[in-house]
Amino acid sequence: MNAKIGYLIALVLLIVAPFVIYPVFLMKVLCFALFASAFNLILGYGGLLSFGHAAFFGGASYVTGHALKVWGLPTELGILTGAAAACVLGFLVGMIAIRRQGIYFAMITLAMAQMVFFLFITAPFTGGENGLQGIPRGTALGAIDLQDNLNMYYFVLAIFVLAYFLISRTVNSPFGQVLGAIRDNENRAKSLGYDTDKYKLLAFVLSATLAGLAGATKSVVFQLASLTDAHWHMSGEVVLMTLLGGLGTIPGPAVGAGIIVTLQNYLAKGPLGGWVPVVLGLIFIVCVLAFRRGVVGEIKAMIRKSF
Amino acid sequence: MSESGNYILQTEGLTKEFKGFTAVDDVNLKVKRHDIHALIGPNGAGKTTVFNLLTKFLTPTRGKITFNGRDITSAKPAEIARMGVIRSFQISAVFPHMTARENVRVALQRKLGTSFHFWRPVSSLNRLNDRADELLHMVGLDRFTEAMVADMSYGRKRALEIATTLAMEPEMMLLDEPTQGMGREDVELVTELIRKVAAGRTILMVEHNLGVVSTLCNTITVLQRGAILTEGDYRTVSNDPRVKEAYMGKAA
Repeated sequence: MNAKIGYLIALVLLIVAPFVIYPVFLMKVLCFALFASAFNLILGYGGLLSFGHAAFFGGASYVTGHALKVWGLPTELGILTGAAAACVLGFLVGMIAIRRQGIYFAMITLAMAQMVFFLFITAPFTGGENGLQGIPRGTALGAIDLQDNLNMYYFVLAIFVLAYFLISRTVNSPFGQVLGAIRDNENRAKSLGYDTDKYKLLAFVLSATLAGLAGATKSVVFQLASLTDAHWHMSGEVVLMTLLGGLGTIPGPAVGAGIIVTLQNYLAKGPLGGWVPVVLGLIFIVCVLAFRRGVVGEIKAMIRKSF
Repeated sequence: MSESGNYILQTEGLTKEFKGFTAVDDVNLKVKRHDIHALIGPNGAGKTTVFNLLTKFLTPTRGKITFNGRDITSAKPAEIARMGVIRSFQISAVFPHMTARENVRVALQRKLGTSFHFWRPVSSLNRLNDRADELLHMVGLDRFTEAMVADMSYGRKRALEIATTLAMEPEMMLLDEPTQGMGREDVELVTELIRKVAAGRTILMVEHNLGVVSTLCNTITVLQRGAILTEGDYRTVSNDPRVKEAYMGKAA
């Protein structure tokens, strides 16, 4: 009940936000919030640390860019094509990585993401170091001009809300129950008759697909798909966002993404410009040492204690 | 033919080697249907290894395992679970971040066939709540259905584990040291519980507490250095001088 009211307030704030804050900045926040929420599905609820999610995020942005610019697909279809590509890539990476756990899982996902990154550097359609520029935003539903930032914002918000709902539903579904059981005690879940690898693979594919959706949307917003989004830095950044916001809480990663993107934007403008990575690193250290549950996790724990 | 009908679980020449060390050596184990059968032996006798071989968490180097006449030597843990062989673990195997009811429900929900449905609300599982509560009642956890399992006492976690196992309607239960690390009160509680759930089922348990074994088990197999030393009821086994020697060392 309380959560419903909270979400309603958040939604109202998001609807009025572009009249106060620059919409392009807000769209960036939403894209990363979706990316982190998708990532949380596999780290927070699947208990698996993927270090290769940039491949899905960046990969989908290239595919969407190509689909819109070269094939001339409608915007919605272009974004879906990007997400579908991330889904396929997620299935391939997942098939190989899911058999391992812990550091081995992280290393396999990293290695495969690096292979994908190399592919993007060399492949002709990505534009190499320059990236894929001038991706057309097009129209939504064939009528609403997305060149207008406000229209684009509500389009992105709609995607975010739908995907966020899907993530929260996945966590609170029969599948989510089994996934939680596997994270808590995989051997016990096996002994209850569950082929745990299949459940983990589905979680991984869902996470990859939604990460792809985030990347695809971002490429439309900025009309650019670049190597930055596929680089392993991005895989690390999404871990930071998720941990900072609150691992294994549904709103946590979105909050974490909001904090990180805001810091990056405002610090870059100020006197600390070149020191952004250092500031983020310090925040990360403080977060891990002092409040391990992340922002949302700590608030939740405080509320639980005071009642 | 009649012999395989009598025995629910059999091993033939079961052997497990770890890099030159033979942990389990040519074990021929026969577990009678509807029996409570104990596997005992001093530390390092290979009880847990045998147990993990039977539940498929380890693959035997040689030998064959049959359940109800079916060869399960190369089956996977989840497969034999679906056949009706459910194991417990040495450390209580519960899902700590779920409520007691959710723990039992996870075992019940597989039969609904919706366990991959990530788009369906979790409330679709509510129709299993009555059955879950019934099982919790059976193990005396009525008051804890909504409790977070992480906050429950050790004895209650073990009781919950048994309720979860029962939810699978197992034909055979394999219990790995069900009373390990418990105070006397909990031991009595769990012993009674095992007796209660054994009706109509077969139980094979690894157990250190000989008091529990003597009150509960009809057949006892003694392992030593990976091989079967002797077998029989509690009196036969406890009077066997070789068993005393295995436990106490050679009498001077």
